[in-house]
Amino acid sequence: MTLTLPPQAGPAPTLQPTGWLRYFSFSVDHKVIGLQYLVCGFLFYLVGGALAGAIRTELLTPISDFLPRETYNEVLTLHGTVMIFLWIVPVVNGAFGNYLIPFYVGARDMAFPRLNAVAFWLIPPAGLLLIGSYFIAGAGASQSGWTAYPPLSLTTPATGQVIWILSVLLLGGSSIFGGINFIATVLKMRRPGLGLMQLPMYCWAMLGTSILVVLSTPVLAGTLVLLSFDIIAHTGFFNPALGGNAVVYQHLFWFYSHPAVYIMVLPAFGLVSEILPVHARKPLFGYTTMVYSILAIVFLGLIVWAHHMFTSGTPPWMRLFFTIATSFIAVPTGIKFFNWLATLWGGKLSLNSAMLFACAFIVNFVFGGITGVALAQVPFDIHVHDTYFVVGHFHYIVYGGTVFVIFSAVYHWYPKFTGRLLNEPLGQAHFWLTFVGFNLCFAPQHWLGLNGMPRRVAEYDPQFTWMNQLSSAGALLMAISTLPFLVNVLVSAFRGEVAGDNPWNALTPEWLTSSPPPVENWKGEAPLVTHPYGYGSAPDAIDLKATSGRDLWSSGRS
Amino acid sequence: MLIPAPVLSLIIGMVLVLSGLWIGQNVNLLPVDASSNAPVYDELFKVLFSIGAILFLGIVGLLVFSLVRFRRRPGELGDGIALEGNLPLEIVWTAIPAIVVLFVGIYSYDIYERMGGMVPLNDHAVHAMQHEAHGGEGGAAMAAMAGGGIESDERIWGGITPASADALTVDVTAMQFAFIFRYPDSEIISGELHVPAGRPVALRMKANDVIHAFWVPQFRLKQDVIPGQPTLLSFTPTRPGSYPIICAELCGPYHGGMRTTVVVEEPENFQAWVSKNSPNPPPAPVTPVVAAAAAISPLQS
Repeated sequence: MTLTLPPQAGPAPTLQPTGWLRYFSFSVDHKVIGLQYLVCGFLFYLVGGALAGAIRTELLTPISDFLPRETYNEVLTLHGTVMIFLWIVPVVNGAFGNYLIPFYVGARDMAFPRLNAVAFWLIPPAGLLLIGSYFIAGAGASQSGWTAYPPLSLTTPATGQVIWILSVLLLGGSSIFGGINFIATVLKMRRPGLGLMQLPMYCWAMLGTSILVVLSTPVLAGTLVLLSFDIIAHTGFFNPALGGNAVVYQHLFWFYSHPAVYIMVLPAFGLVSEILPVHARKPLFGYTTMVYSILAIVFLGLIVWAHHMFTSGTPPWMRLFFTIATSFIAVPTGIKFFNWLATLWGGKLSLNSAMLFACAFIVNFVFGGITGVALAQVPFDIHVHDTYFVVGHFHYIVYGGTVFVIFSAVYHWYPKFTGRLLNEPLGQAHFWLTFVGFNLCFAPQHWLGLNGMPRRVAEYDPQFTWMNQLSSAGALLMAISTLPFLVNVLVSAFRGEVAGDNPWNALTPEWLTSSPPPVENWKGEAPLVTHPYGYGSAPDAIDLKATSGRDLWSSGRS
Repeated sequence: MLIPAPVLSLIIGMVLVLSGLWIGQNVNLLPVDASSNAPVYDELFKVLFSIGAILFLGIVGLLVFSLVRFRRRPGELGDGIALEGNLPLEIVWTAIPAIVVLFVGIYSYDIYERMGGMVPLNDHAVHAMQHEAHGGEGGAAMAAMAGGGIESDERIWGGITPASADALTVDVTAMQFAFIFRYPDSEIISGELHVPAGRPVALRMKANDVIHAFWVPQFRLKQDVIPGQPTLLSFTPTRPGSYPIICAELCGPYHGGMRTTVVVEEPENFQAWVSKNSPNPPPAPVTPVVAAAAAISPLQS
C-alpha cells in the first residue's frame, strides 16, 4: 500500500488536468468524482423540478388543460425517473460517498479509482438519453410511470419505453459499480489500526447501502431486460395475452425498488449522524446500536417488497408476512431517531443552516415514517394504495428525508469543498422557504388521497380544486427556495468568507487536512482517528476551549 | 415552586397521550362511509391516527424543546456533555416501538379478517376443498363464478372475498378507459354500477388490456383488475347514495377520466331499476346482441 510512503519531493508528472478542467475530465481523484456527481445530480434535480412544476401547474385545475394527456404521462414518468436515478441515488451515494469515504477510512482514494470514474461517466449520457427521448418526433418518452408496469409498458409507444429501459440499465450499472467500490474501500482500504467499530457512521451506512445495491440492482436489470424482450421480440414473460404474468414483474420490480428506498435514505441517515454531533458538540449517542440498526434495516429492507402489491391479488399469508416485516422496520429506524434526539439533548447546538436542515429532516422523516407504518397495514393500504396519500408519504421520505439531508450536507461540507463558507442569512432563507413550501406542498396530499384522488391523474374531481391549488402554491415556494441556494453556492465560491481548514472544529478525518484537500488527501501520513465523535467535556476532562481537534487526534489517544 | 423532573415528565406524557387520543377521535379526515367494512376501517384509522399523533407530537416537541433549550448562546464556547450512550435507554426505545408495531400489526390483521380479507380463496387447492366442504354456500358462489363466464378451474386471485351465499354477482370488465358492469341474473349491461343497500355484492373482475384498479373511497376498498388473472371483490353497501368508482392504476392517457358511479339504492328502488332495464323478463332467452344494444343505452329503453 502506498499509504505509508513519505510525501514525494516534487509533484509527479501526471496526465490528469489540474485546473477547473479536471471537473470535465475522466479524473480518477475521488474528490473530483464526488463533486462531479454532486453538480451533475443537481443539474438533473433542476430538470426534475421543472417537470414537477409542470405537473403541479396541470393540477391547478380539475380538467386536463395545460399539457396533452400523453405528454402529462411522459412528464410524470420522467419526473420520477430523473429524481430517483439521476438526483437522489447518485448524489447521496455517489457524491458524498466518493468525497467522504476515502477520508473516513484513511485512504488516498477509492479501491478502484478507474471503475469509479466509469461509474460517474455512465450517468450524463444515460440522463441525456432519458431526457432526450422526450424530443424524439413521433415517439416521445416513456409514458408508463417510473414503475413501468406491464402490460401498459408493452402497449405505450415502444421507442420511448426501450430508451427508458436502456437508460435505467446504464444508471443501475453505474450504481452497482459504485456499490462494489464502496464495499471494497470500507472493508479493504482502512488505514492500519483503524477498526470497523471506529469508523464514522456514514461508512456503515454506505456499507449497508452498497450491500443492498449489489444484491438488488441486478434483479431490476434482469427484469428490465426481460421487459425489453417482451417489447422488442414479442416474448411473453409479462404479457398475459401471450400467457405471461403481469404480477411477476411487480414482484421483481419491487424486489429492487423497495430496497431502493433504503438506498436513498440510509446514506442520508449516515450523513445526519456526521452532521449532528459536530454542530451539537456532543458524541453521537449509541454508536453500537446505530450500527446494528443499519444492518437490521438492510436485512428487513430486502424482505418487505410485496407491501407495494397489497391490491395486486397477493395471497393472504404473503400479506400477513409483509405487513409484519414492514412494520418492524420502524423499530431499527426508531432507534436511530431516538439516538439523534439523545445526541441533541444537552448539547451546545449551533442553529446554522446545516443544523436546521438536519433537524427538519427528523421532523419530516418521522411524519413519513408514521404514515409508512400505517401504509404497511393491509386494510389501511387497500383504501389509500395508488392515491395521493402515497404520493405525500413518499415525498416526505425522499424529499423531506433525503433531499433535506443533501442540503444540510452541502452547508456542512461546502467549506471543505471550496475553502469558503456559505452565506448564513441566505442559507436560513433557503431553509425556511424550503421547509414551509415542502410541507404546504405535500401535507395536503394525504387528505386528497384519503378522500378519493388517485395518483398519476391529469384531471380530478372538482371538489379537490382548492386543496390542489394549495399544494401547487407549496411547489411554487419550493421552486423559489432554489434561488437563494443557487446564488449562495455560486457567489460564495468566489466571495465567501474564507473558512480555514476546520471551521466547525470537527474531529472526523476530512477536516484534518487543508480545505480544499490536496490530491491524495493528506500531505504526509493519513491521521488515525479512532474516536470520530470524541466531542463533549466530562467534568474532569481537559478544557476543550484550550485545545483543538487537531491536538486531540495527534496527542496519542488510542 | 419547582416541580420534580419525573413528575413533570409524567404530566407531559399524560397530556401528550390524551391529546393524541383526542386528535385521533375527533379529527375526521375520511369521506362518508357507505359499506359495512368502512366503519371497521375507520376504527383502525382512528387507532393509527392516535398512535401517530402521540409519536409525532412527542418527537417534534422534544426536538423543538432541545433546539430552544440547548441552543448555543452568543459568546458561549465549549462542548456539550460527553455522553456516548445509555444501554437501558436504548433497550427501552427498542422495546416500546417493537411492542407498539406488534400490537398494530396484530390489530390490523384482526381488522382485515373482519373485512373478509383472510379467506384463502386465491389458493386453488384450498379453494377446491372449501367448495366441497361447504356445498351450499361455496357452491352457490362457484356457480355464480361459472355463470360469470370464467372457467371454474381457473385460479381465482384474491381480493376481499365473499362471505355470503345470497350475494348479488356482477361481472366487471375494465378496459381503456371504462368499466362495464354485467348482471348475469338479469342480463343487464351498464356503465354504472347499481347495487341494493344491505345485500352483499360480489364483483368478478377482469381486465381486457392493461392493469386497472377498482376503487370506491366511500367503501374503503380497492382491488387491482389484472389482465389474465380474474379478481374478486365483495362488499356490502350500507348507505344509499351515489359514489365515485375510480381507476387507481395508471392505465394510459385517459387514466384520470376513467371513472364512473356506483349508485347504492334502497332494495325496492333497485328492483325497479332491474325490471326497468332488464332487456327481457328473466325466463325468456335472448340473443346477446339485442341484450347489449338495449342495455348500453338504458335511458332510451
